[in-house]
Amino acid sequence: MSEQSRISRKTLSTMILVISIFVVVLYNLPGSVKPGDGGEPGPIVTPMQSPPLKERADGSKLTSLELIEQAEAKPYKVHIDAWNTPNGAKVLFVQASEIPMLDVRVVFDAGAARDGDLPGLAQLTSAMLTEGAGIADVDAIARHFEGLGANLNTNSYRDMAIASLRTLSDPQYRDPALTMFYDVVAQPTFPESSLDRLRQQMLLGLQQEKQSPGALAQKAFFKGLYQDLPYGIPPNGTEASLTRITSDDLRRFHQQYYVAANMVIAMIGDIDRTQAEMIALQLDNQLPKGQAAPKLASAQPLQQAQQEHVEFPSSQTHILVGSIGVKRGDPDWFALTVGNEVLGAGGFSSRLNQIIRQDNGLAYSVYSHFIPMASEGPFLINLQTRNDQTQQALTLLNDTLQSFVETGPTEEELEAAKRHILGSFPLQTASNSNIVDYLGMIGFYDLPLDYLDTYIGNIEKVDIKAIKKAFGRVVQPEAMFTVTAGQQTTPVSADTEASL
Amino acid sequence: MANLASRFILLASISACLTTLTLSLNNAWANEMSARPSAAERTFSHTLDNGMKIIVREDHRAPVMVSQVWYKVGSSYEHAGMTGVSHVLEHLMFKGTEKVPDGEFSKLISQYGGSENAFTSYDYTGYYQVMSATNLPLSIELEADRMQNAIMPDEAFAKEIEVVKEERRLRTDDKPNSVAYERFMAAAYLSSGYHNPVIGWMHDLDNMNARDARNWYKKWYMPNNAILVVVGDVKAPEVFELAARYFGPIPKGEVPKRPLNREVAGKGERRISVDIPAKIATLFVGYNVPGINTAEDETDVYALRMLAGVLDGGYSARIETDMVRNQGIAASAGAGYGGFSLGDTLFYFSGVPAEGYSIEQLEAAFNEQIEKLQTELADPEELERVKAQIISGIVYQQDSISSQANQIGRMEAIGRSWQEADAMVEKLSAITPEQIQAAARKYLVTDNRTVAVLNPQPL
Repeated sequence: MSEQSRISRKTLSTMILVISIFVVVLYNLPGSVKPGDGGEPGPIVTPMQSPPLKERADGSKLTSLELIEQAEAKPYKVHIDAWNTPNGAKVLFVQASEIPMLDVRVVFDAGAARDGDLPGLAQLTSAMLTEGAGIADVDAIARHFEGLGANLNTNSYRDMAIASLRTLSDPQYRDPALTMFYDVVAQPTFPESSLDRLRQQMLLGLQQEKQSPGALAQKAFFKGLYQDLPYGIPPNGTEASLTRITSDDLRRFHQQYYVAANMVIAMIGDIDRTQAEMIALQLDNQLPKGQAAPKLASAQPLQQAQQEHVEFPSSQTHILVGSIGVKRGDPDWFALTVGNEVLGAGGFSSRLNQIIRQDNGLAYSVYSHFIPMASEGPFLINLQTRNDQTQQALTLLNDTLQSFVETGPTEEELEAAKRHILGSFPLQTASNSNIVDYLGMIGFYDLPLDYLDTYIGNIEKVDIKAIKKAFGRVVQPEAMFTVTAGQQTTPVSADTEASL
Repeated sequence: MANLASRFILLASISACLTTLTLSLNNAWANEMSARPSAAERTFSHTLDNGMKIIVREDHRAPVMVSQVWYKVGSSYEHAGMTGVSHVLEHLMFKGTEKVPDGEFSKLISQYGGSENAFTSYDYTGYYQVMSATNLPLSIELEADRMQNAIMPDEAFAKEIEVVKEERRLRTDDKPNSVAYERFMAAAYLSSGYHNPVIGWMHDLDNMNARDARNWYKKWYMPNNAILVVVGDVKAPEVFELAARYFGPIPKGEVPKRPLNREVAGKGERRISVDIPAKIATLFVGYNVPGINTAEDETDVYALRMLAGVLDGGYSARIETDMVRNQGIAASAGAGYGGFSLGDTLFYFSGVPAEGYSIEQLEAAFNEQIEKLQTELADPEELERVKAQIISGIVYQQDSISSQANQIGRMEAIGRSWQEADAMVEKLSAITPEQIQAAARKYLVTDNRTVAVLNPQPL
């Protein structure tokens, strides 16, 4: 329980490893390794409503399928209220009174893509919000929220900077929690003593990265793919930049990007519309109007295949194969989603998993992802395999990708993928946490407010032709960027020699 | 920068009444919740004739459900030479039955819009599906089928054991902290099954065969050693009926004796050094302490839980405030207590020294914190903050059907009742500063201590 109540600092990469090792280690079967970095929060959208029921033509001996057919799916809809504040912040609100709690999340276009020549600036600014605000120092802030049983979190990604509050909705806890939350967002003081401490922690984080082949591979992937474009900036900074950043830099960054015109407010919980409007107005009042951040430069696809190897003394090689993908709101998004489900997102049903894990036992985890962002986010496939199997795994990966892009899914695969996406749609909005993720994402990426309502129809429309066209446009198998991190040519170590 | 003046006033008035607020949290929360049926009031349990226990919590917020089958077996049940077999078995449970051939299980769950997974821990193994509530029958039929009918062919084993070894390399061998932690655990637990890692030692995985897994399966997978937990938009009587239909016909088995997982008394400190290629020196300290099943006096368990809260219950707690912020000795540090286990457990500390400080200084700072707990009473305000977080945590937990199901299953799997989790608030609230001090004096002593240092070597 205490882990859940932690305040934001624990989200810094330096802390997380050390602390998380004490969480009882669970060994998950499909081991859903997410693209740990670069993915903006906001659910990877999948599925609504029960799919058309499967015919028992396959001769299945299961009797439960009949029971399911008799059941009627309940209609389920999330009602989103949306408006703008006087200074132009977009507000999205869902009233949910089943649990006496409230989530308030503010999202600024103030992620690492805005770091400029000071990598790490966005992350440090975000982490420093809770270190002093208004008249409260860091101790007072921590005692205040924790004494109220409220959770405060600040996070920073490539696109977004997020501050979130979860509090009991009873006004005697909610009101004081909100008052301090406004200060944290709008009146941070960026004290020097905290800056030095957090700077040291981030520098330590860079050291920690150097002992992780996975982190090194990912870093090389983003750097190589985006070069000098905003997404090529390492969000956790560099030794040179972290040493250089001053509290004035933080103030300047905050003044420019933590402004009403650059903000989205997402709320869900046990309050009514009037109360939600009051909260939005308070946030709006306390921040200058400012300007929305300018559009990010577009990334161009690679012209030819590229490779990079990071030599590392690990037993496995981490493999990342990818390219420039798509923006949020891409017209082919739904075709890419369904196609990617077949290729490598659909867990055990995906082609990559079948071939690399199930047929050949080469990896524990293999996935393909599109990470849609404000500018073109990456498309990538990742897996980890014993060093001496690297070439074999790469060949299978590339063959699978090439054949998928050329021929697309089969009719059967298409139907299965759609059924999964549609059938699991209610799961995507089943909790307040899920919904506030969506609200933030819809607001931040300017997606239509009926995004959730039209999702089903958009998925249903996808056919093989659309998938082939979309993959053909976005993914060029002959021009992929391949990163490997591990031991390239090594004597086989003791444990790898063992055979059954 | 608007409204600065008015916020000053507001803030002052808030801090003035802060103490009363936290003190009243308990009652207010109870009042708030009484308007709606409490989680306990929406929870129902039933035991089938074959001894399988079923627990259902109705949660009608969204038309979804999570269904979990928990087996009371995990890595702490394993004997020498067989480490990791519970987890290997978990992998093999997806390799098909006569009725549902290899690959079909996952395909069916996927096509019915579900997500599925499984987990193995020290004291239990679990399987779950999250799906539209109307698909519960499928989930139950599939789990009932593989409770007894999993085939686990040799060829499937041969491939899957390689996957498991890749998993071990990924999660442990290539992560310096995980390697150090594994050895720390092996040093801290002398006589219980927690000595071995859940995933098993690599040489045991190398040496394992399909028959080992099948034998383990026959030994432990039976209805009277399993618990079905369903949380979501379901009706309890209907779930009981489904369970009776599909799990009911499975015959009761003979459940072997469980391990006690007891630790021998500490006879002096144990210290180990883990010298591996890495960049960051890390300290691990553990004290052997009883858990909920082994404590002579249950109060000790709740006192240790409160003690963990005082030390590390958030950013305002002592470790963050003193060691990380004020003294600046730790770049990162934490403490905790895993009291809900089958056997004896650990009260643990871990940390990374800040730039310019050594592992020795970090350890001394931890010791200073412990001494302070042993010699001075905790401030009631600190305890109120810990309680406030526990209480609100229970409210927040209701947002996730999976975390509700996990909590129920975890308690039941270690032989306790799910109701104990709900009663915890009251028990924790009753803990006094004197009891916390007594627990610190009794348990956080050198004789019970294991210290491990990750001592980085050049990469």
